[in-house]
Amino acid sequence: MTQVADWAGSNPIKENRSRLIGKAVDRYEGPLKVSGTAAYAHEVVPPSPPAYGVMVPSTIARGRILSVDLAAARAAPGVALAWSHFDVPEQAPRNVMLNFFQPLTTPAFEFDRVSYWGEQVAFVVADTLENATAAAALVKVDYEIEAPEVTFDPIGDEGEHPPGESDVQVGDFAAAFAAAPVRVDAVWRTPPQNHCTMEPCATTAWWEGDKLTVHASVQLVRKTQHGLAETLKIPPENVHLLTRYIGGGFGAKASWYEDLTLAALASREIGRPVKVAFTRQQMMHGTIHRPATRLHARLGATPDGKLTAMSLITQTHLGRVGNFVERGSNFSRPLYSAPNRLTGHRIFHLDLPVAGAMRAPGEGSGTLAFECAMDELAEKLGIDPLELRVINEPEVNPEDGRPFSSRQLTRCLREGAERFGWDKRVSVPGRVRDGRWTLGLGMATAIRGSSLLPAKASFTVDAEGVITVKQGMTDIGTGTYTVLGQIAAETMGVPLKSVRVEIGDSELPPAPGSGGQFGAATAGSACFEAGMNLRKAIVEIAVADPASPLYGGPSENVTFQDGIVAISNRSETIAELIRRNRPDGLTVEGEIKPAEDSGKWSTQTYGAHFVEVGIDTVTGEVRVRRMLGVFAAGRILNYKTARSQLTGGMIWGVGSALTEGNAFDPRYGSFINQDMAAYLVPVQADIGELDAIMLDEEDEKANPMGIKGVGELGISGAGAAVANAIYNACGVRVRDYPITPDKVLAGLMALGK
Amino acid sequence: MRTTITVNGEARALDLDTRTTLLDTLREHLGLPGTKKGCDHGQCGACTVLVNGVRINSCLSLAVMHDGDSVTTIEGIGTPEKLHPLQTAFLTEDAFQCGYCTPGQICSALGMLEEVKQNWPSQETADLTARITLTDDELRERMSGNICRCSAYPQIVAAIKSYAGGAA
Repeated sequence: MTQVADWAGSNPIKENRSRLIGKAVDRYEGPLKVSGTAAYAHEVVPPSPPAYGVMVPSTIARGRILSVDLAAARAAPGVALAWSHFDVPEQAPRNVMLNFFQPLTTPAFEFDRVSYWGEQVAFVVADTLENATAAAALVKVDYEIEAPEVTFDPIGDEGEHPPGESDVQVGDFAAAFAAAPVRVDAVWRTPPQNHCTMEPCATTAWWEGDKLTVHASVQLVRKTQHGLAETLKIPPENVHLLTRYIGGGFGAKASWYEDLTLAALASREIGRPVKVAFTRQQMMHGTIHRPATRLHARLGATPDGKLTAMSLITQTHLGRVGNFVERGSNFSRPLYSAPNRLTGHRIFHLDLPVAGAMRAPGEGSGTLAFECAMDELAEKLGIDPLELRVINEPEVNPEDGRPFSSRQLTRCLREGAERFGWDKRVSVPGRVRDGRWTLGLGMATAIRGSSLLPAKASFTVDAEGVITVKQGMTDIGTGTYTVLGQIAAETMGVPLKSVRVEIGDSELPPAPGSGGQFGAATAGSACFEAGMNLRKAIVEIAVADPASPLYGGPSENVTFQDGIVAISNRSETIAELIRRNRPDGLTVEGEIKPAEDSGKWSTQTYGAHFVEVGIDTVTGEVRVRRMLGVFAAGRILNYKTARSQLTGGMIWGVGSALTEGNAFDPRYGSFINQDMAAYLVPVQADIGELDAIMLDEEDEKANPMGIKGVGELGISGAGAAVANAIYNACGVRVRDYPITPDKVLAGLMALGK
Repeated sequence: MRTTITVNGEARALDLDTRTTLLDTLREHLGLPGTKKGCDHGQCGACTVLVNGVRINSCLSLAVMHDGDSVTTIEGIGTPEKLHPLQTAFLTEDAFQCGYCTPGQICSALGMLEEVKQNWPSQETADLTARITLTDDELRERMSGNICRCSAYPQIVAAIKSYAGGAA
């Protein structure tokens, strides 16, 4: 078994001789994306003309399906088939996810019951999209409606604990909080949020004999492949799943949906390729969403700012399907020193759509409360909010005493403060004006975990000296293609132009995929290992080949640089060596596994957000004028793509603070906002000057390359920094997100402004 | 219904179901899936194309309304081997992540720059009689019909500015 100490030595990535690690190179697949030639799942050209499937969602949240009348749909022009619960082909039952690695089945129309509004209940396939859409509108579903329970409005900290989970208690929170001279005790609410990936989920499927080819828009290749195979009750090797380009994921596509199942089933039934896409409206209910939370934060401190007690209790909802819990309290556990601690989660099962992971699940909601509570405490103490964080910076994980693998939070705070001009902040709210605008500055901490999962990869070197990386990994806009190419080039000592990257295919060596900020570290480490194995194989061939200048070794002195293998002044190109010895190329696999002792360290990524807002005191409108994030997240593989992920996450934070939120209609259990005109994600005009900076770091406890992830760090705390800036600008604390103009205005009026 | 549309300089004769949108015509009938379907309701801008040089949401338009029109899609702007300078600017500024809104952003930006050239005002324009300067605020306002959920907004501003500065 690997130990963390095994990763401590030097290696080609750490040496970085060609300076490719960290280099801000352009995206590998970029030319295809900017020219519109990257084929997403619905755009792949199947071997024969496809038919089009359209799904029909339920219009009730709870009840029984008495009958589904498909006669009119079946008689409509061009219709090839129509299905509901009563005639859909046999599939495996829906299973329950017991661990991350378990493939989930996604049977369509399993029961004659409806579990949430917008659950798929029927399906029509026709020769054209227009015919299928028109026929789907002719499907008549007769329901026995039951009154749904859809209201999430907990009283106090009540609620059921997630299965197998109890609160984490350290010391005696209740006593310490009661005794604390300075206290904050408040409740924040966050609404349900929708991922709104630009590309709706879609599938193109066809069969050749008993072999299924399916192009889908999913984040996890192998799990989706196995889940679909299990659903269809066929061996996984009969499902070839491809997902080369993915139009945004953010967690939504780490689950997979009925489009996948129905495209496969229908294509088998009609003997013709079938394409199925969600409509934008169907995406809102038919895929997952970030559930609403009620967050109760309590902080107790001594007058010098030392936290003596901290608590964060998150209450959230689940649907009747799925078991995802928005664990909004977890991030607070390693964050600040406080000898007495109480954190935990409460859940409510309701007749609502399926709750799921959305960018930084937990941090995405929890920081919106906790980092504002810190701001409120700082004000009560009369201490600068940034200094309050520094005062409570722990030396070890404050919950369990584990050392941090690396932690540069204070440096993020200090460096950000200096670059942003934090010293210009006037601590009394509402003192800085710009015409009708009142201005304010706010800050917050960012924290997000980092993990390493098992993964494999292969490297092939051909007779031209070109290295091809192959891995069942995905790039959801994160930069995977690009950074795997950089890792391959640096490990093998070849120029970037001599590297090809093939991912998004279930027939390639498996990696978990994209999610949870583990993608680059996990997939990248497997690639690094494959590269190290290929180096070994090349060295063995060279020193054993009498025709090679490297013949006879010594093996340990072989260097790789600029496509050349050398032992001091004896050298040849990798291409020449391979051409002579392996004219058909050479493929070597590599594998990464978490270190056996990795749990001895608390491993996180960190950052600090700084925001300037302007508030129109007449309308209550909030404008983000300036925003800066400073982050420490291990060795950065590519400063261009990493910065983009961080700034993207920060803008998600702005959205969660100011505009994003859905609500359930209490009568029907449906989302009030069912499209992108009503669910307001940030647009260009919402964002002012905004940048992200990354500190130098190497986390040698994380993996052999010392890298971590940045995909979710940017959103963590970003919305709280906006909320804190709003308070500083106008003296209004809104604890019910999003902070829309009506809420700001009500606060201003209450202050008599 | 018989309709002829000039797409990327080539006359294409079509016999279409009258319900077919211009977007679906491009994607499903003409083999040009570079134009993306994000919302199908004119809310996200992913389907932006240029019709007779003017940017429109192709999902809000039926193909049969475009008989005789000239449509330019992302495929007609540049190819991976020969990118248009604005496409190159998007690449070098990292003005996209997943890439799904990108063709619409690029078509929209080209249409937007033409609107500025013709002195069309926007909400940000303070003086309706003066020559418009493409300030950051003008640019952000004029590009707000194109949503990027990956939120590459600062990079998109940088890319358009770098192209517009070079092209001017």
